[in-house]
Amino acid sequence: MSHTVAAFRALVRKDIAIFLRDRRALIVSVLTPIVVAAFFGFLFGGTGSGGNAISRLPVGITDLDNSALSKAVVDSLKHDASLETQLVSEERAQQLVRAGKLRAAIVFPGGFEAQATGALLDAGSQHPEVKLLYDPSQSMVQPVVAGLLTQHVMQRISRPNFTGNARAAPFTLDRIAVATGPRYNGYAHSFAGMSIQFVLFMGIDAGVALLLMRQEGMWRRLRAAPLSRAVLLGSRVVSTTIIAMFILTVVYLAACLIFGVRISGSVPGFIMVACSFALLAATTGLMIASVGRTVAATRGVAIFAVLLLVMLGGAWVPAFLFPEWLQHVTEFVPTRWAVDGLDAMTWRGLPLQAALAPTAVLLGFSALFALIAIWRFNWEDG
Amino acid sequence: MHLVADRLEKKFGAITAVADVSFTAVPGQVLGLLGPNGAGKSTTISMLAGLTKPDSGCVTIDGVTLGTGADPTKRHLGLVTQEIALLEELPARMNLEFFGGLYGLRGRPLASRIASVLELTSLADRAGDPPSQFSGGMRRRLNIACALLHEPQILLLDEPTVGVDPQSRNAIFDTIEVLAGEGRALVYTTHYMEEVERLCDRIVIIDHGKVLADDSLAGLLASTAVSNKLTLKYDLPPDGVALTEIAQLAGVTQIDLAGTELSVSAADLGTAAPRVLERLAARGFSCQELTSRRANLEDVFLSLTGRTLRDT
Ligand SMILES: Nc1ncnc2c1ncn2[C@@H]1O[C@H](COP(=O)(O)OP(=O)(O)OP(=O)(O)O)[C@@H](O)[C@H]1O
Ligand SMILES: [Mg+2]
Repeated sequence: MSHTVAAFRALVRKDIAIFLRDRRALIVSVLTPIVVAAFFGFLFGGTGSGGNAISRLPVGITDLDNSALSKAVVDSLKHDASLETQLVSEERAQQLVRAGKLRAAIVFPGGFEAQATGALLDAGSQHPEVKLLYDPSQSMVQPVVAGLLTQHVMQRISRPNFTGNARAAPFTLDRIAVATGPRYNGYAHSFAGMSIQFVLFMGIDAGVALLLMRQEGMWRRLRAAPLSRAVLLGSRVVSTTIIAMFILTVVYLAACLIFGVRISGSVPGFIMVACSFALLAATTGLMIASVGRTVAATRGVAIFAVLLLVMLGGAWVPAFLFPEWLQHVTEFVPTRWAVDGLDAMTWRGLPLQAALAPTAVLLGFSALFALIAIWRFNWEDG
Repeated sequence: MHLVADRLEKKFGAITAVADVSFTAVPGQVLGLLGPNGAGKSTTISMLAGLTKPDSGCVTIDGVTLGTGADPTKRHLGLVTQEIALLEELPARMNLEFFGGLYGLRGRPLASRIASVLELTSLADRAGDPPSQFSGGMRRRLNIACALLHEPQILLLDEPTVGVDPQSRNAIFDTIEVLAGEGRALVYTTHYMEEVERLCDRIVIIDHGKVLADDSLAGLLASTAVSNKLTLKYDLPPDGVALTEIAQLAGVTQIDLAGTELSVSAADLGTAAPRVLERLAARGFSCQELTSRRANLEDVFLSLTGRTLRDT
């Protein structure tokens, strides 16, 4: 038994030593995700990101006024093709936005009609204060909803007695970003996406290296030692998982120290999601090594598959910008859960419970991939 | 420890790599597995090392049947693969630590084993360098060293001198002789007959996956219809009459005339050679150049297969 443990350790240490040995490759493997994430984060964190065609925005509405005008505006918003409205209490609206279920929520205050009509006649009088709760992860949602709201209010209010055209809106908008995190950081999402992409690339490399090992006779040599398949393949999974966690750690350290990303949610939850994703990357590599034939073909197909996975997982363009059907379809993509899980624990600031589902899904996919690898692995030749 | 290969057979799809191979390797001896490319040497070694399960037949070590995977019997075996299997970018010492670790060695015992195999393979002064900076011969030596850490009683060496300069080759031979001298059983595959002649106590000739002969060098030379050869060069080649006379001389088994070169095979050159020369001189043919060659493994292989080792 202790022999097996020593052999297992030797195998894991060997893989890690090889990874750490190649300084240039090591630096590239952590620097690339940081640079690319910084670029994406800069793009998406900036102000000018409107103009995308997006699916119907789920928006909550709270009507505390219950006046003819507020009802008319609510009705009008309901029929807006770009919104999917839902009447909720103010408290519930807050919760739903925070959980990412609603993109925004509009709260009409009591006295909205009275103050708004007053403001129309006398611009100097008190304006009603409409609250706009929004999800700060999506910089374009807030102006879109604000614009639509103004448009609908103006339409309704002008019907009975409005005369002019170019009047200012008869209310003020109190824009409230709702996230438990201390503040939104545009880099948080891009770091989640890019670390996932590049850690998966590393997983592929590990798989391809195993394929190479088999071609070059090293695998034969390893199998000469009295070691079980479980030790040979298991050690490979463990070493790749450790390397993946190392990359994630370094990349997120840079994200936190340089780009101000915060783990605003649960730190244990973040670690859970990160570890289970690291395991997923390792088992993905193993699966590749077991189904692959030639190195060149395997690498090509695997890179294509990873790019597809990370694209559909919302690593490049956030999944909430996908059309609705695609958002549902991509729930079957493991990377989607990884991105969402890391997002939840960072800028979304969600509690530990929100990490459970992504962790479970990632572990489930890892188990599936490992089973496929064991099933397909060719022990005889090489 | 005794290693017995008992009627081993292995097919890969339609190809029969090993058809029927049996032999016994005994302690203190080097058994040479000699055969041309594709003869089934490496496949045999795979079965001996517990990498591949034979389709039929079995391998036993001191009577215990060898399995694959985690079978602890494999601890008695050391394998030197035909393809060099090293961690190219890690220092030689780390390679040795790794391969020792695979067999559960660690700490002080591992360190002392590393020191002794480095000394045995004369690599101690290069232990800190990675094999990627080694010469071909040094890489081969390290490849051997990695198989010795767990002190296997049986060592399987699959063409361990391929791509090696003469100096390193001699160093490897010395190492092998030391290991045999320590009472280990060695199986050495090669397609170089000189290596087998120099090293091996017992020679197993295999071709197309079958054992054609299994004996000592002397035994092989005695048992096969091979003989020593006398080659004579003439300005004017001997005529038919002279050739007939020579062919009928006692002890001469075969004659061949190629251009001006006459070769005469005989079991005992000492007695046959003077008679041949005498008879030719009497016929007026004077010899310009004369060479003699003892029969060797090449001749044995030729007589067994009708081919030479080289042109297969
Ligand atoms: N994994 C395999 N799949 C299919 N055929 C194989 C496999 N391994 C070996 N063979 C075939 O079995 C035969 C014997 O091969 P083997 O490698 O044992 O020969 P060898 O004597 O070691 O030759 P060499 O001197 O070239 O190393 C060859 O015809 C080879 O093509
Ligand atoms: Mg071979």
